[in-house]
Amino acid sequence: MSFATTQFLAFFGVLLLLYYTVPRRWQWKLLLAGSLFFYWFAGWWCLIYIGVTAATTWLAARRMEDLAREQDVWFREHKAGLSKEERKAWKARGKSRRFRWLLGCLLVNFGILAVVKYTNFVIGNLNGLAAALGGGQPLPTLSLVLPMGISFYTFQAMGYLIDVYWGKCPAERSLGRFALFVTFFPQLIQGPISRFGDLSRTLYAEHPWDSRQIAMGAERVLWGLAKKLIVADRLAIPLRTLVSDPDQYRGVYVLAVIFLYAVQLYADFTGGIDITIGAAQMLGVRVTENFQRPFFSKNAAEYWRRWHITMGTWFRDYLFYPMSVSKPILKLHQRCRNRFGGVGKRVSVHTCSIILWFVTGLWHGASWNFIVWGLLNGIVIIISQELEPLYDKFHARFPRLRGSRGWDAVQVLRTFWLMGAIRVLDVYRDVPLTFRQLGTVFTDFRPQALWDGSFLELGVGMGDWLAAAAGAGAMLVCSLLGRREPVRERLARHSPHLAWSGCVALIWLTLIFGVYGIGFDATQFIYNQF
Amino acid sequence: MKKNIRTALFWVFVLCGGLWLLNALFMPKYMSDIPEGALIAEYYKEETGHDVVFIGDCEVYENFSPDLLWREYGVTSYIRGSAQQLIWQSYYLMEETLNYETPKVMVFNVLSMKYGEPQSEAYNRLNLDGMRLSPQKLAAVRASMTEEESLLSYLFPLLRYHSRWNELKGEDLRYLTHRDIVSDSGYLMNVQVRPAENVPAGRPLGDYSFAPVCWDYLDKMASLCEEKGVRLVLIKAPSLYPFWYDQWEEQIEDYAARRGLSYINFLELTDEIGVDFTTDTYDSGLHLNLYGAEKLSRWFGQWLTANCPVEDRRGQEEYADIWNEKSAAYAARRERLEAEWSGENPA
Amino acid sequence: MEELLSILRELHPEVDFETCSTLIDDKILDSIDIVTLVAEIGSEFDVEVPAEELTPENFNSAKALWEMVQRLDEE
Repeated sequence: MSFATTQFLAFFGVLLLLYYTVPRRWQWKLLLAGSLFFYWFAGWWCLIYIGVTAATTWLAARRMEDLAREQDVWFREHKAGLSKEERKAWKARGKSRRFRWLLGCLLVNFGILAVVKYTNFVIGNLNGLAAALGGGQPLPTLSLVLPMGISFYTFQAMGYLIDVYWGKCPAERSLGRFALFVTFFPQLIQGPISRFGDLSRTLYAEHPWDSRQIAMGAERVLWGLAKKLIVADRLAIPLRTLVSDPDQYRGVYVLAVIFLYAVQLYADFTGGIDITIGAAQMLGVRVTENFQRPFFSKNAAEYWRRWHITMGTWFRDYLFYPMSVSKPILKLHQRCRNRFGGVGKRVSVHTCSIILWFVTGLWHGASWNFIVWGLLNGIVIIISQELEPLYDKFHARFPRLRGSRGWDAVQVLRTFWLMGAIRVLDVYRDVPLTFRQLGTVFTDFRPQALWDGSFLELGVGMGDWLAAAAGAGAMLVCSLLGRREPVRERLARHSPHLAWSGCVALIWLTLIFGVYGIGFDATQFIYNQF
Repeated sequence: MKKNIRTALFWVFVLCGGLWLLNALFMPKYMSDIPEGALIAEYYKEETGHDVVFIGDCEVYENFSPDLLWREYGVTSYIRGSAQQLIWQSYYLMEETLNYETPKVMVFNVLSMKYGEPQSEAYNRLNLDGMRLSPQKLAAVRASMTEEESLLSYLFPLLRYHSRWNELKGEDLRYLTHRDIVSDSGYLMNVQVRPAENVPAGRPLGDYSFAPVCWDYLDKMASLCEEKGVRLVLIKAPSLYPFWYDQWEEQIEDYAARRGLSYINFLELTDEIGVDFTTDTYDSGLHLNLYGAEKLSRWFGQWLTANCPVEDRRGQEEYADIWNEKSAAYAARRERLEAEWSGENPA
Repeated sequence: MEELLSILRELHPEVDFETCSTLIDDKILDSIDIVTLVAEIGSEFDVEVPAEELTPENFNSAKALWEMVQRLDEE
């Protein structure tokens, strides 16, 4: 069930009531039961997948911890009698035994993910290749249905596993508690990807009724619903029209797609995350933030530190870092450094960046548009790194520019449109088409569509455009006002009447202006299947 | 703490009050347009019981004139009809009506036997939104919903009608809490004349049997009336279209005979009644106009008086005042509509 | 320590690494700087910095970095 449905609200309402009436030591068990029910609702067979992931990860982590403990005990007893070399060798042997458990578990779980998510992509590409070489019976594609949230929970479980291997967090001894970490329903659909160290701090604790936390959480859920229902789902309508007929909607329309998709995706994704974090807060559980006003970033690297944060840090900590400090990469670094000097020092890092972004693209979806999207992000970041000396020269020439508001605005806008232009790859879902469309901005601009009423014929009327604009404007204002302290906290501090009236008005507005029910297609969260 | 609870209660009250108002505001009013949508709710304004209650689709609320039955026979009647009323809706309306009164006769038009499935969301809304909340309403909604509908949106119509926010009109404010009367005891008057020409014969069907679910509901109607001591009369109105097949006719005749019910097919009686499809229909034979409806009602009034335990109540004070008032409204409406029609179509 | 500082200065000439202890918290070093550092430290001091040592605490100041290098060297 997706968040913006009456089913979810009913499910959550019942769960919340039970949560604060059962004895507190049962609260986490209730959450586990609720999460399993939530998952079962998406299809009972999904439970098999998530069950395998939870069980194998729990077992491997426990095993690794046991091994480490045994090794530790032995080491402390025999330490005195060993030479430095012997100690090192012994430690390495212990590590490699643990590594086997790690590797096995990683292979199983990423293997499952790879099979359900990428088999058909691989088969499709092989068939394409075979056809290009002029031969062969095409391989049949499989009809695999993607289990809900598999990319998210797999990453979350594997992050935990690696943390245990590194000794950064203790292994969870209870299977039930660990299963709750993997299946915790608010973040099952579209993240954030939590770390065990973060989530476990509040997930299993006993939570007494806390009106203030519950109110704050409820307000955040409400705000998320409003963003999604009023802005995201409304803008999805003209976007569908614009994308359905790319030949007609060229030039200035492509700019519109860039802009509208940026707003739509932001409203949809952050709205969903608001619901997640708010719902968890109502249950007394703290979930990590996933966004930090990303559209105010001044460059691509900063943007990726502020958009979908938990995914970015996951890739950084569990892929980019280990890869960058691995032996082959360090060797590559050594070789390039010796041969090419300055630029050579960065060859290995850039290689890792490209691999990182390739995988990030692939994670978003099993198709070329996502891969190209990922690579383009990587390339933009690398180019801006390599151009840094040039920027420095430029700023040395115009010293007053750096840090000035005007220049900040230029950078923010540049980043917004650049990232937006790359992002439309996942709107058109076709690489050549996307580039063709982007090209028409320069060859066939025709800006008159902006004012000759053409935009009123994309499936929504003037009223809807105004409602979406007002909603997006409110999001912008709240985002700016909430820089230091969330708006709802401020309101509550000012006067309870102000907070209440805001909530009541928001409920009314969402019920009236939300895009839902008959006549509107209920759309799923965009990140659901990633 | 106490203060917090008081604040919360106050705002929850405001929230609910606002929602109630919004529901009222967004609900379509059916006053200037599609008056069919206002029919079902109008019944609750009735102050007395009735001897005869008609239940069914447009073939009852366009074809019978309760006013004429009163004026000429002293029979009190009401039409609980609505557009494309499906048989389960009719059944639950019947059940609901029996919560308010126990008439002597209930008349059901059998055309809806042809629909074995929920048809369209729009008609469901026209037929069900007007019902007061009751177990019967919920049952009717559950039986009628098309795939994308939800029960919740019948309890909180705002969930269905919120998208009207940019088409709200003055009418929505004016009729926030009350409605005008659009019918005459459930009869929706029409005085226009559009002769029936070339009525197409029905295309042969693959299967002429009615859906089992329809038979079930017809059975339930018969049993319900039996239980309550109400005489159930089945009719088929004299509408030329939708086509009424002989095979259908046979099935209904058999059924009526089996259950000991009266069944009148007015299509076979048009000559006797005197309906003339060149002058007595406003839409080429689908529905009768006022003149046709009065002819039909005249015949039916006679039949009722002769065959059913109805009373001539013209002398009874509690009815006379109310019905005389109704008659005046009926006459005024007739005059106004005729003036409009002749204004548009000077002879 | 001096060699470490010169590696750092080469990355960000404008930063005073001797006093700054918020290299990560203030986002002076990003992930790319960090892996560049690790690679350079590897070639300069001949220590392997494993991935689990790439934590904010170890990279927040030159001093913390130096301590990490020494610790890893000893092990």
